[in-house]
Amino acid sequence: MSHIFDKLNRETFDHKNKADYAKTAQVGLTENLVRQISAEKNEPRWMLDIRLKGLELFDQLPLPDYGPDLSQLEFDKIIYYAKPADAKNTTSWDEVPEDIKQTFEKLGIPEAERQMLAGAGAQYEAATVYHNLKEQWTKQGVIFEDMDTAVQKYPDLVKKHYMKQCVPVNLHKFTALHAAVWSGGTFLYIPKGVKVDQPMQAYFRMNAKNMGQFEHTLIIIENEAEGHYIEGCSAPKYGSSSLHAGCVEIFVGDNARFRYSSVENWSRDTYNLNTKRSLVGKNSFMEWVGGNLGSGVTMLYPCSVLKGEGGRADHLGIAFAGPGQNQDTGAKVIHAAPRTTSNIVMKSLSKGDGLSVYRGLVHVAPQAENAKVNVNCDALLLSPKSKSDTIPVMNIQNPKTQVAHEATTGKISEDKIFYLMSRGLSEGQAQGMVVNGFIEPIIKELPLEYAVEMNRLISLEMEGSVG
Amino acid sequence: MKNILEIKNLKVNLKEENKQILKGINLEIKPGEVHALMGPNGAGKSTLAKVLFDHPSFELTDGRMIFDGREINALSTTERAQLGMFLAFQTPEELSGITVSSFLRSAYNALRKAHDPDFKEVRAFQFKKILEEKMAELKFNPEFADRYINEGFSGGEKKKAEILQLAVLEPKLAVLDEIDSGLDVDAMKLVSEGVNKLIKKGLSVLIVTHYQRILDYIKPDYVHVIIDGQIAETGGPELAKKLETEGFKLD
Repeated sequence: MSHIFDKLNRETFDHKNKADYAKTAQVGLTENLVRQISAEKNEPRWMLDIRLKGLELFDQLPLPDYGPDLSQLEFDKIIYYAKPADAKNTTSWDEVPEDIKQTFEKLGIPEAERQMLAGAGAQYEAATVYHNLKEQWTKQGVIFEDMDTAVQKYPDLVKKHYMKQCVPVNLHKFTALHAAVWSGGTFLYIPKGVKVDQPMQAYFRMNAKNMGQFEHTLIIIENEAEGHYIEGCSAPKYGSSSLHAGCVEIFVGDNARFRYSSVENWSRDTYNLNTKRSLVGKNSFMEWVGGNLGSGVTMLYPCSVLKGEGGRADHLGIAFAGPGQNQDTGAKVIHAAPRTTSNIVMKSLSKGDGLSVYRGLVHVAPQAENAKVNVNCDALLLSPKSKSDTIPVMNIQNPKTQVAHEATTGKISEDKIFYLMSRGLSEGQAQGMVVNGFIEPIIKELPLEYAVEMNRLISLEMEGSVG
Repeated sequence: MKNILEIKNLKVNLKEENKQILKGINLEIKPGEVHALMGPNGAGKSTLAKVLFDHPSFELTDGRMIFDGREINALSTTERAQLGMFLAFQTPEELSGITVSSFLRSAYNALRKAHDPDFKEVRAFQFKKILEEKMAELKFNPEFADRYINEGFSGGEKKKAEILQLAVLEPKLAVLDEIDSGLDVDAMKLVSEGVNKLIKKGLSVLIVTHYQRILDYIKPDYVHVIIDGQIAETGGPELAKKLETEGFKLD
């Protein structure tokens, strides 16, 4: 049995398709463009209004005053919307256009769909190309659709949830931008009591130079429902900047359970400024499992709002900052109800002169009695010039809170390398093995293919065969 | 018969303190022989074991080490292992997150590949069979394969795990650095059986130890006494018994 990511190497990701369509798309952000996007998608008035609101706020809101330097981002040089001319949404893999298919075949998507998963959606540029959902889920009322289609087919459901209580448009400059130009993404709805045990996945890719990816994922898990959704991202390497300002909103009802897994591997020159947030109901369990590699600059702080009594959120993550990269990632948990639990386990690695930062916030509100908080962040510095920072903020406003916090920073021990080399492993292999061991607690929570992919990607980064 | 290991006039410093530990060691081991190296604390036993594998704490100031006809002074730890040398550590490293099976499979593949570039890597399920067989011989609970290597292992389990690795990787020469420390009688028997089996298949052994007892189980052909960085005396197995009663002469 071969692993679907067996043939995966950096070249696979850096393969570029002809991006003719990008040459005709416009550069920069204007009201005209926003209206054009909405018109092309034939959106209802309320959606256009949200876009226009976003555009207005984008101009007003400032860049963040913390984290990596974003001053090099040239907003007027970015293409915010481009659609491969011959792509339309399909349900059968055979109908998908050939060069688009090739990209996904290289990345192993159809095999993943066939072999293990409930359904695979694949996003190419701004159009969602392939979507499929196993019949059994549809019969039970599960909706797994691309976001553009969901706006058309389920307007009430979308309108009720879209960018209101979860991620509001005015949260920050990049949610405003997102609201203005979003396109594509995934809509997942699991009705009351339905438990989907197979993971569902989507895959995004940026192609043309200066493309921005602004996909919106909206997930609604009703009471007593369960599901697991996986997202993976990739982009080829380019000389000028690409911007990713996506958004993920997850609503978890009461007595429900949901896991959101993602492996993000954007190319070296990408700005990955993503916003992900979940509202968690009573006695429910929300899990975030993520791996972040690639991109030049990342700012990513998945947030769980524990608004129901007894709710729980686990955040498990790996961040890898290679030479020249700045991974500013972490987690935010807001305990807004009693007996809530949070568990944050973050592993960060830095190589070369890469900088890996854990930036976390745990807020326990006055009414959140008997909350339990556990934060564990470990950093591994792989090179003499590697950098790491840990900024774990805790705002505990209820005295009956149990808090545990542990942070370690260190290099790989020379003795461990010697031990491994004495068994015939090269120094590189030995370091790779220690790194694999370091991230293992997170990796083992990912579905097999993603675990394999993560390990492969980190090995590639370790070998320095990446740019 | 060509020697499997030759050490000629080896002088070694401890880098950090710039202190000379080995002051001219001479040793020859023929294929299939078992040599014991005994001596008081600080004599240089473990230093010799580590230097044979290019441990970063030490610096060679003079002399040569020749393995299987090849001078290894300039070779890395990896290269020496790939030639067929194995070190059973006195304090084996704990490697969190790395299972016994995945670690051994990587080492197994790495060593085979070093000898034969066309070697097709063994897959997880194929390797499992090889590993299970060796584990059974050492009376390891099968679930050990999935444990993180040496993490939470008792002293005895760590030593047994070293011998398990030896059995799986099948080197030409094994240097056992105080394999007997921390072992109860049962574990000592198992460890010795494991080693003896391999000796029958042609393994050469350099066993470094304080105590005579292990040598009742793994019978040496030669016993060397190292005192203050030099080999003071060499004899047959009876020398070990003599040291037991008379102690190391520190004059």
